[in-house]
Amino acid sequence: MANQILMPALSPTMTEGTLVKWLVNEGDIVQSGDVIAEIETDKATMELEAIDDGVLGKIFVQEGTEGIAVNTPIAVITADDEDLTSVEENISKKAEEPGSLEQPQKAQSEPVSPVTETIVGKFNLGTKNLITVREALRDAMAEEMRQDETVFLLGEEVAEYEGAYKISQGLLEEFGEKRIIDTPITEHGFAGLGVGAAFGGLRPIVEFMTFNFAMQAMDHLINSAAKTLYMSGGQMGCPIVFRGANGAAAGVAAQHSQCYASWYAHIPGLKVLAPYSGEDAKGLLKSAIRDPNPVIFLENEILYGQTFDVPDDKDFTVPIGKAKIEREGTDVTVVTFSIMVGLALEAAEALAEQGINAEVINLRTIRPLDVETIVNSIKKTNRVISIEEGWPVAGIGSEIAAISMEHAFDYLDAPLLRVCGEDVPMPYAKNLEAAALPDIEKVITAVKTVCYKE
Amino acid sequence: MAKETSKRKKIKKRKVIKKSPRLQPTSTPEELLNYYKDMLLIRRFEEKAGQLYGMSMIAGFCHLYIGQEAVVVGMQAAANREIDTVITSYRDHGHMLASNMDPKGVMAELTGRSGGYSKGKGGSMHMFSREKNFFGGHGIVGAQVPIGTGLGFAHKYKKDGGVCMTYFGDGASNQGQVFESFNMASLWNLPVVYVIENNRYAMGTSVKRASSNQELFSRGEAFGIPGVSVDGMDVLAVKEAGIKALKYARSGKGPFILGMQTYRYRGHSMSDPARYRSREEVSKVRSERDPIDRVRQYVLDAKATDEEGLKKIDSDVKTLVSHASEYAQESPEPDISELYTDILIEI
Repeated sequence: MANQILMPALSPTMTEGTLVKWLVNEGDIVQSGDVIAEIETDKATMELEAIDDGVLGKIFVQEGTEGIAVNTPIAVITADDEDLTSVEENISKKAEEPGSLEQPQKAQSEPVSPVTETIVGKFNLGTKNLITVREALRDAMAEEMRQDETVFLLGEEVAEYEGAYKISQGLLEEFGEKRIIDTPITEHGFAGLGVGAAFGGLRPIVEFMTFNFAMQAMDHLINSAAKTLYMSGGQMGCPIVFRGANGAAAGVAAQHSQCYASWYAHIPGLKVLAPYSGEDAKGLLKSAIRDPNPVIFLENEILYGQTFDVPDDKDFTVPIGKAKIEREGTDVTVVTFSIMVGLALEAAEALAEQGINAEVINLRTIRPLDVETIVNSIKKTNRVISIEEGWPVAGIGSEIAAISMEHAFDYLDAPLLRVCGEDVPMPYAKNLEAAALPDIEKVITAVKTVCYKE
Repeated sequence: MAKETSKRKKIKKRKVIKKSPRLQPTSTPEELLNYYKDMLLIRRFEEKAGQLYGMSMIAGFCHLYIGQEAVVVGMQAAANREIDTVITSYRDHGHMLASNMDPKGVMAELTGRSGGYSKGKGGSMHMFSREKNFFGGHGIVGAQVPIGTGLGFAHKYKKDGGVCMTYFGDGASNQGQVFESFNMASLWNLPVVYVIENNRYAMGTSVKRASSNQELFSRGEAFGIPGVSVDGMDVLAVKEAGIKALKYARSGKGPFILGMQTYRYRGHSMSDPARYRSREEVSKVRSERDPIDRVRQYVLDAKATDEEGLKKIDSDVKTLVSHASEYAQESPEPDISELYTDILIEI
C-alpha cells in the first residue's frame, strides 16, 4: 500500500512552505520517525519525519521548491515490492479531482521567486525593495541598532532561536549576546527590567512573543512605563518599545487571539502603533525606537509573511500620529488599522464594481489618533464605517464614532457603523472563528447600509 | 536540524550566609556624626510630615519611615554615591533625604506644590531625582524590584561600575515579580543589591502570617543569590553589610540580598490605627532598639562630640525641617496649565 507524504502545516498560520532539503533519496528504506526532509514554514525550518515504514518510492517536489501549498503530495512511501507506476498514476488522478488537493500543479513547477507573492497597497516610492513585513521589522531594528549603541532587543527566544516568529533573524550574529538577549519566560519581570533599563539611559526593545502574554506585564506597561514621566514632573522619560504580535491568529482559540489596540489606546503616556504594510512596519518601528516615550507596537502574525515594496533607505521613517489614506474615494470613509486595512482594500475593490467609491484610511497610529485626516475624509464622503478585529464595546470604532460626532456631526449623512470582532471570546472551530471576525461580506454590508443602498 | 546545545554556563551554587558579619569599627568620628545628623533629619522630617498630614496640608497616602532610619543611612554610607543608584517603594521620604535630595523639594511635593520634586504631580509616593541617582518612589508593591533590576542591567550594559540598591519590604518580598527579578539578576550577574526592609508588618499582616519562610534574606537561595540577615536598627551593622554586598555586586559576581531586621513605629500609612500589634510591642522596640539612640551612643563613645554638640545638631536639624515645612506651605500650587504637561516628551 502506497502512502503519500503531504506538505504538512507546521504552524497555525502556515498555508505554504519551502522544501529546503531532502535527507533521503528515492529508493531509500525509511522507518517511521526517520527525518526525511527539512521544511521551511512561515516561522522556522522544521524537520519532517516519515510516518510509515517502507521505501521512498518517488519524490514529487524537488528540494529548493518554494510556495508549496499545504496538503500537496511531496513524495510517496511504498511497500518494498510495490509497482511504482500504478502509484504515480493513482496520485495524478487524485490530484485532478476537484477539491481533493490544493494547487498540486504549483508544487511541481519550478522554484518560484518570493516576489510573485501579491503586493498589496499602492506605493509610488520609486523603489523596488520587495520584502516581507517580517524582514521589514528586522531591518528596522538592525538599522537603529547600528546607529545607536543603547538600543537592544530583549525577549523570549529572540536570540539563539532568532524569534518565535523569525523576526530577529540574523540579529544575534550581527550584534552579539550583549544586545540581543534571550529572557526566561517571565513577562512581568522582563517588562519591568526593560523599564528600569530605559530609566537607566538605555533604549530597550522588548518583544512579547504575542501581546496576549503582555497581560502578565500590564502593570509595568501602564503604571511604570506610561505614568512615570508625569509623576516625576517630566524628569523620568522612558524610551522603550514593547512590540510583538497582536490580534487574531489562526486556530489558537480565545487566550491567544485578541486585539489589544483599545486597551492601550486608553492610556495617556503611551503611544500606540499598528502597522499594516511593510512600509508601515519598517518606518513606524524606526520612529518608535527613536521616540523618547514608551511605545506599544502592535504587529500582526498573519501579516508577517506578506510582501510589500519597502524603502531601503536607512533614513526612511513613517511619522507617528499620521494616518495614511491607502485608497482615495468619494462615497464613504472606511477607518481601520493593521491587517484589516487589507480587508478594507479588498472590500473597496468589490464595492467599486457596484458603483461605491470608498476611501480607506490606514490609521497607522492608534494613539495619538490622526483626528484631522479622519474628519477631513468624513467631510468629503459624509459617511463612515470602522473596521477592527477587536470587540465592539469601548473599542477603537467607538472612539471613531465619538470623533465623528464631536468634529463632523453636521457632515454625516448616516450614523457610523462599526464592523468589529464579535462580542465573544475567540472560538477554536474554523467556522466559528471565521464567523467571529470581520469579513468582506460584513464590510460590504456596513458600507451599503451607511450609503442607504442595502 | 539538530538543536544546538545550550552554551550557557551552569549557575554556581552559592552559599547563603546565615549570620550578620562581625562588626568592624571602621567609621570615623566625623562619619558617625553625619549618620546621626542624617538619621535625625529623617525622623524630624517624618514627624513634621505627620503633623502636616494632620493639618490636611498633605493628602492621600503618607507612609512614614520613622524607626527604619538606620537602614537607608547605613546603606548610603556604604555606597558610591557618584555612580550607585537607589530605588524603593512608596515609603520613600527617608531614601530621598539620605540621597541628599533637598528637604524643601521633598516636603513641597508632599503638600502638592509647584516647588516639589515632581512639580506637585507625584506626591508622597512618586518622587525622583536623576541628579541624585534616586529613581523613585514607586506606588505598586514590588514593582520597583524589576525596575531596579533593570537599572542594574543598565549599569552593566554601560560598564559604569555602578550598583543599584533596590529596596523593598517584607510584604513585597512575596510578589512573583521579585522572584522573576532574582532569577534574571542571578542568571545575568547583574549588579544589584536587594535590600529587604523587614519591618515585620505588610500593612496589617505580620511576616509570620504571610511568609512560609520568614528568613527573608534566604529568599534568593533557589537562585544562587547569597543573603545575609542584618540588624537594621544599627547603622554600623548596616554599613558593614552594605560594604560587603556592594563590593560583591560591583565585582561582577551578581546580586546580593540583605535582610534588614527593622521596625516601623508608626502605622503603615497615616490612616492605619495599627491594631494588629500592641502598644507594648512598639514601646519596647523604641526603648530598647531605637536606631537613633544607638548612633547617638556611638557618637558619644567615639567622643565625636559632647551633649552640647548634639544639642546644636538637634537644633540645626529642627531648623532645616521647619524651613522645609514653611517652603512647602508657601510654594504655590502648580499652575493649572501643568495638567496637560509631562504626559509625553515632545519631539
